[in-house]
Amino acid sequence: MHRFATLLDRLSFEPRRSAKLALLGDYFSRESDPARGYALAALTGNLRFRNAKPATLRALAAERVDAHLFALSYDFVGDLSETIALIWPHSEAAGSGRSPPLGEVVERLERAGRGEVPGLIAAWLDTLDETGRWALLKLVTGGLRVGASARLAKTAVANLGPLSPDDVEEVWHGLAPPYEALFAWATGKGERPETDDPVPFRPAMLAHPLEVRETGTLDAGDFAAEWKWDGIRVQAAAGRDRTGALRRRLYTRTGEDISAAFPDLVETLTFEAAIDGELLVVIDGLAQSFNTLQQRLNRKTVTAKMMRDHPATIRAYDLLALDGEDLRQRPFRERRRMLERFLVALDHPRIDLSPLVAADGWEALGKARSDPSAFHAGGDAAAIEGLMLKRWEAPYLPGRPKGQWFKWKRNPFRVDAVLMYAQRGHGKRSSYYSDYTFGVWRPREDGGEELVPVGKAYFGFTDEELLEIDRFVRNNTVNRFGPVREVRHEAQAGLVLEVAFEGLNRSGRHKSGLAMRFPRISRLRWDKPPVEADRIDTLLALIMDGATDGA
Amino acid sequence: MMRPATTKPTPTVTTGGDILTLTPAGLYCPRGDFHVDPVRPVARALITHGHADHARAGHGAVLASRQTLDIMAIRYGEDFAGSTQVALPGERIRLGEVTVSFHPAGHVLGSMQVLIEAGGRRIAISGDYKRQADPTCAPFELIECDVFITEATFGLPVFRHPPVAGEIDKLLASHRLFDQRTHLVGAYSLGKAQRLIAELRARGYGRMIYLHGALVRLCAYYAEQGVGLGPLEPVGERARDLAGEIVLCPPGQLADRWARRFGDPVTAVASGWVRVRARARQRGAELPLVISDHADWDDLRKTIVETGAREIWVTHGAEEALVHWCGSQGLDARPLNLIGYGDEGDTTDAVEREAGTLAEIRADATAGTGSAT
Repeated sequence: MHRFATLLDRLSFEPRRSAKLALLGDYFSRESDPARGYALAALTGNLRFRNAKPATLRALAAERVDAHLFALSYDFVGDLSETIALIWPHSEAAGSGRSPPLGEVVERLERAGRGEVPGLIAAWLDTLDETGRWALLKLVTGGLRVGASARLAKTAVANLGPLSPDDVEEVWHGLAPPYEALFAWATGKGERPETDDPVPFRPAMLAHPLEVRETGTLDAGDFAAEWKWDGIRVQAAAGRDRTGALRRRLYTRTGEDISAAFPDLVETLTFEAAIDGELLVVIDGLAQSFNTLQQRLNRKTVTAKMMRDHPATIRAYDLLALDGEDLRQRPFRERRRMLERFLVALDHPRIDLSPLVAADGWEALGKARSDPSAFHAGGDAAAIEGLMLKRWEAPYLPGRPKGQWFKWKRNPFRVDAVLMYAQRGHGKRSSYYSDYTFGVWRPREDGGEELVPVGKAYFGFTDEELLEIDRFVRNNTVNRFGPVREVRHEAQAGLVLEVAFEGLNRSGRHKSGLAMRFPRISRLRWDKPPVEADRIDTLLALIMDGATDGA
Repeated sequence: MMRPATTKPTPTVTTGGDILTLTPAGLYCPRGDFHVDPVRPVARALITHGHADHARAGHGAVLASRQTLDIMAIRYGEDFAGSTQVALPGERIRLGEVTVSFHPAGHVLGSMQVLIEAGGRRIAISGDYKRQADPTCAPFELIECDVFITEATFGLPVFRHPPVAGEIDKLLASHRLFDQRTHLVGAYSLGKAQRLIAELRARGYGRMIYLHGALVRLCAYYAEQGVGLGPLEPVGERARDLAGEIVLCPPGQLADRWARRFGDPVTAVASGWVRVRARARQRGAELPLVISDHADWDDLRKTIVETGAREIWVTHGAEEALVHWCGSQGLDARPLNLIGYGDEGDTTDAVEREAGTLAEIRADATAGTGSAT
């Protein structure tokens, strides 16, 4: 438990991806089975303990700590698990070297009944130090939130040997904690794990952004054009296991199993195949914007009402396996033909075909990209964010192979906003003010105007521009709140930032009622006084008219 | 930070009140006519230790330990006070109608508690103190007394400082794993920096340790006083060539432009505050080292009990929790709510700012926010 706690502790403070990988790699190579496997399970969200709830922990603390002191402490620390970890009274056993191994903690918690859990946790809390207690409480309450994704953890395992992260993904869903066979394979001590999983995740093929200058060197005729849908990329797979039972799964493009959130889609998977496609909400035959789809994301379960009001559909654009045959080595031209035939035979309204865009040559493609409605996209235009170009002869390759698939997005929207707050970045940027909150003008009750924050951005600028903004922030600070500085933002004094973004959603979480998608700084407008920045009406109009090209 | 000391509410002092009262300048002994750690210039001051919030320049006469006087001279110049007098540890000195003596507080080199005796009663003022072992200063000496005036910087039960060796090992483990990156450690220039160096040496780290300019003079003074710090060098104009080395600087420099010269350093912060994650993040710590020169919750309580005092005054810090605990033990306790004392992390020391880049100071001055963070 001690090594695991140290790992979580270090990860939680480390902003750099490469350093996180190094920490994970160091841990996986030093730790033995089954502890490292349970750690991997915890990091990938594959450990759940039903009987340990925050209320249980609160009750444990109340038994040992003065209520007033606990309240004062909680107020200062701000996080329940952390407060309990820090305030837990020292016992004789603490630091005596009897810290429980991670494997023992996991196995005993899995077996324990509801009544046994509090006693178990209390006994472990007694033997662990502060960091150990914090890690234990994170483990038992689920959701480590230490800034290391499942993908990152799998990448660290792959790095133990000559594997790629996609090699790990392919076998992942047939394995279970503590993943001894996986570690044996990765460290060269065993063969590739044989799994009888009929519905493995097949790592997704990804596209490069198309640079306009590339159109000169590429032949448009070599590529199939499809709409780029503004939904979420999914892989819908179904197949029979050894007992003949049909197994079905819905994966995200990173291999996360989201079946539980979309039972309405999973029940439509009555075939033995793997489809690559876009998950969209389709109402009255019209694909809805991402804004609508968002209602169904990030949920562990889903209500009947949610499924009725926001019906999910798969818009299929590739077929990766069919009736036990892996199709990925076949060219796209063949897979596409098979997909079309497969969908006709399936004939299910919740799984439809992503159409090819009938535009020949770069000029026509360019038009289709900025005005989908003119190319038969019809009412679906709200859910289209550009074009996908796929080489007819390309096999389905995991990752982002060069020159095979391109995404050609609509031009982004742009708005001139005023810098209001700046925050120091992390890691390499910890001495730079590199996270910016910006606002636009809105009418005030007294007839004047005020700036209201509409978004945050922390990239898009060059290193040179970062230095300029940093200098501006330091010289124009009017207020400080911890790591945040408020900078001058008046009608005639301040910095105007041109912000590019992909779309706007309504949001109750922001003061302005708006949330930008993918905002970034596209230009510094030193030439413009803040009073000439945009008004909030400009943004509100974009919500009304979401499908227009921002160019 | 330069606001005067105030009382809210004014304590109705029972036992110690005729010996020690509060004035806008801080704790005052009318029968001896002196202040202890006053926050503004006074005629006669007793100074517990050299940190800037306790030891200020401009007093008429200063009575303090040899090292505290030396440190004040280093930081403020030889003429920091009208006159000075050395108090030897344990030496009893008559001041007006009272007798005072200085006793080691274990906080930093030269740090002392002040004991005032009058009419058979004993009042001890802790200053800042700690009970943890520290190779760079004399250990805390317990004073039995009737009234104990204690700090409470870490007066919440969430603060229990771990053994220092484990924290140093965290730094050394990171240094081994990320051996191509500079490890930049933020540590207060008086006390924390030297303790960190001495503890690194105790864990076997023998290589050159590099110092920000603001740490150089005090490290040299510690070495003169016989505290073994091993090979040290100022960073000077060096930058990327310090990849893989350990560099110490004042905490405020971590987020300053000065730190950019190291490229992509591992940023460590040595402070008791970084025990709380949100605080550690706020300070920009990627590698928090929970090392404090103050008593933690357990040691505050232990010390209160061991002094035998029936009356406890809490000067600064998290007074409410400690006063609540004293009440639960049947002790008469009151908060003094002294304003003007910070601690290692919260005080921006004027002396340390001198060493910051001039541009940064000028920028801050323009914005009128010279001493935040």
